[in-house]
Amino acid sequence: MSENGLHRERPDLDQATERKIRTTAWFATGVMLSWNLGKRVAFALFPSLCAQQSEKQVAASNPSQLANSDRPSSSRASDLNLTLAHETHLLRRRRWGTFLVGCSFAASIAGFLLFFTAYWTGGSNQMLGGGLALFLSGWAAAFIFWAHLLTAHKEAVEPREDMQPPARDREEFEQAFCDGSRELQRRGLLKLITATGLGFVALTVVSLFRSLGFNPNNALYTTVWKRGQRLMTEDGKTIRADTLEPGSTVIVFPEESLGSEKAQTVLVRVDPSQLQLPDSRHDWAPQGNLAYSRVCTHAGCAVGLYLRTAHMLMCPCHQSTFDVLRGAQPTGGPAARPLPQLPLYVDSDGNLRAAGGFSTPPGPGFWGMPS
Amino acid sequence: MIASIARWLDSRTRAAKFARSIMNHVFPDHWSFMLGEIALYAFVILVITGTFMALFFDGSSADVVYHGSYAPLVGVHMSSAYQSVLHLSFDVPAGLVIRQMHHWAADIFLGAIAAHLLRIYFTAAYRKPRELNWMIGLTLLLLAIANGFLGYSICDDLLSGAGLRIGYSILLSVPVIGPWLTFLAFGGTIPVSATIPRLFAMHIFLFPALIATLIGAHLALIWRQMHTNYPGKGRNDRVIVGSRLWPSYTLKSIGLFLFVFAVVAALGSFVQIDPVWIYGPFKADAILPGAQPDWYLGWIEGAMRLFPSVNTHFGKWLIPEVFFPGFLFPAVVFILLYAFPFIDKLISLDFRAHNVLRMPWEQPFNTALGCAVLAFLSVLFVAGGDDVIAVAAGAPLAWMRELLRYLAFAAPLLTGVVAYAICETIRRRRSRAIPAQPAEPFERSEVNVEMR
Ligand code: FES
Repeated sequence: MSENGLHRERPDLDQATERKIRTTAWFATGVMLSWNLGKRVAFALFPSLCAQQSEKQVAASNPSQLANSDRPSSSRASDLNLTLAHETHLLRRRRWGTFLVGCSFAASIAGFLLFFTAYWTGGSNQMLGGGLALFLSGWAAAFIFWAHLLTAHKEAVEPREDMQPPARDREEFEQAFCDGSRELQRRGLLKLITATGLGFVALTVVSLFRSLGFNPNNALYTTVWKRGQRLMTEDGKTIRADTLEPGSTVIVFPEESLGSEKAQTVLVRVDPSQLQLPDSRHDWAPQGNLAYSRVCTHAGCAVGLYLRTAHMLMCPCHQSTFDVLRGAQPTGGPAARPLPQLPLYVDSDGNLRAAGGFSTPPGPGFWGMPS
Repeated sequence: MIASIARWLDSRTRAAKFARSIMNHVFPDHWSFMLGEIALYAFVILVITGTFMALFFDGSSADVVYHGSYAPLVGVHMSSAYQSVLHLSFDVPAGLVIRQMHHWAADIFLGAIAAHLLRIYFTAAYRKPRELNWMIGLTLLLLAIANGFLGYSICDDLLSGAGLRIGYSILLSVPVIGPWLTFLAFGGTIPVSATIPRLFAMHIFLFPALIATLIGAHLALIWRQMHTNYPGKGRNDRVIVGSRLWPSYTLKSIGLFLFVFAVVAALGSFVQIDPVWIYGPFKADAILPGAQPDWYLGWIEGAMRLFPSVNTHFGKWLIPEVFFPGFLFPAVVFILLYAFPFIDKLISLDFRAHNVLRMPWEQPFNTALGCAVLAFLSVLFVAGGDDVIAVAAGAPLAWMRELLRYLAFAAPLLTGVVAYAICETIRRRRSRAIPAQPAEPFERSEVNVEMR
């Protein structure tokens, strides 16, 4: 299949090469930029250097002056010599320009052919894009050479329109506007219906927002966790109080909505003697099983890492850490509020169940959030 | 041929006179005027590649099982959106090149806008009469940042999934109306099935339409007011110096467009970007350490990491942690930027219109301020990847972060002072080397008198 050829390259491109290409590109850009900048600063600091530079610049940007700079510096040069030098220069310029434009366009044609064959024969992405790049850059170069070498460049100077407008214009506008509005009868009524109509438009828009479901109601406060829900892994296995070894974790969901992101909870088992929960939560962690919301209170990432020896849950997004033993109080990083805890109990079969909802609304904060 | 087409058109539109005046328009030749142009062309490339991609993208979060030709993910559950991205990348001829070109063009778009903004700032091109265009440009930057974020978020891969959740929490932290705004934009507490279609619609209709409109306004104003000129011989506020639209500027500009396109094509085919198949589909229980946003959001990410953990309340209301670094800080930055032309008037006490630029060393305070802000943003940008750096350097993260906090204050101070000193030196040396020319006073009133 021709299609198969197209996509094998990227995944296989090994990371080191990848990085090398990227580094080289950044490096080259950096060198170029810093060279340019350094030159500018140097010239600005030492204007004596600047004299040569600016001459060159003027010459480059202005071919007619370039011609002049070819002029023998001594005043003995006759007019004839001068014209001759100028003519030769123009001729050379035209030949050189034609040559460069031709070369660029030849490269462009080659690039296009590469792209075209690669596309129709199922060539690699590198051939496709490389062809396209060569085609376009060759064409671009042709245009740019044309502009610089095959165009008689004259610096144009145009007067600007004065930005301080004559007062008369404004007066005439005001006059015309007032004349027009004088033709309107019952202007008060016109204003009234315009304003009211616009008000209705605003109300219509807000009403349509309702269709978009923009009223959060209770959605930010609640999850499906409620008393009696069994804790289950994503594939529906129940968890017993002794399923976990101390020091290990598992991701659990309420039995009614497995895989729900909002209700996702991390179950950690620790040695009960180490617990330092507040008194009000003394029976929330039967046999050292602690359950915390897995949605970071900072910015909603999944708190996915458990540092076993330190008893910390850590969020990979901004590295907030939460102390599992002390009710997931934040101990480092930008998070300022603890992870909500889920009270647990063990039912008569030995399975872990929720004894209620989360201690606080899970997830990132908002201004109305009870805390 | 051209003559007969022109006759046909002119006898219907009477546009010949107008077209004639257009061709005479003068554009300055300095390279720094190309930055904005690069941004414009990047936008054109974005529209072209984006239209192609939109025909393949399926903005739905319906659960599907992958059966395409990328072997490692065959049989994996994923959203329909993510699957369509894989399909475009692996099973559509040239699909991956186009997708990578789109992403690169977006990065270049933002980069060119940022560079253009710096050029305008450091040469004081925002002064009267161009304040309005400065503000339009800033709005374009804001829209471009937002649309870039939306663009990579709808792929629904593991990396953008984390970014999406952070964007969601920042919007949620907006004072008072946060929850309503968030539900409007995301369709509920994520993940809900409404999110991707909504973000997709915003990404391909709402924001591009706004951007295109504002680009039109931006260009119209540039056309009306004409470009500025760098100072130099024969330059003053009453003339514009450069090359005419036809032919020299047209050729150069076409060349630039093709060149930008070529660079994007080369990057898109040789330099991998956003390899979503490596990250895998978004899953609530998967994590991706060392995740980083696209570069233009790096400063906000850095601010979110460096900002200390504070639990604050406003009366009985909680102020979410991300409010300060994620919402207030960028908001203040942009408000100051919007107001800068007017702040500058107070600093320089110069209320006149200007068409000749002010070089960085002629405004040491502004330059120092700009450099300091840049240094601050750079520290934040580095902080956005502090976990990666800490691992690479073998230093503890907490220690790194503390250092970066100090640096966030020290670096701007230092840079500002150094920039000020350099500007002053340059100014002094220049005024010694080039004896002060009698300034060409541009008295508006005189001109007005002349014109009447
Ligand atoms: S989202 Fe968890 S630390 Fe920021």
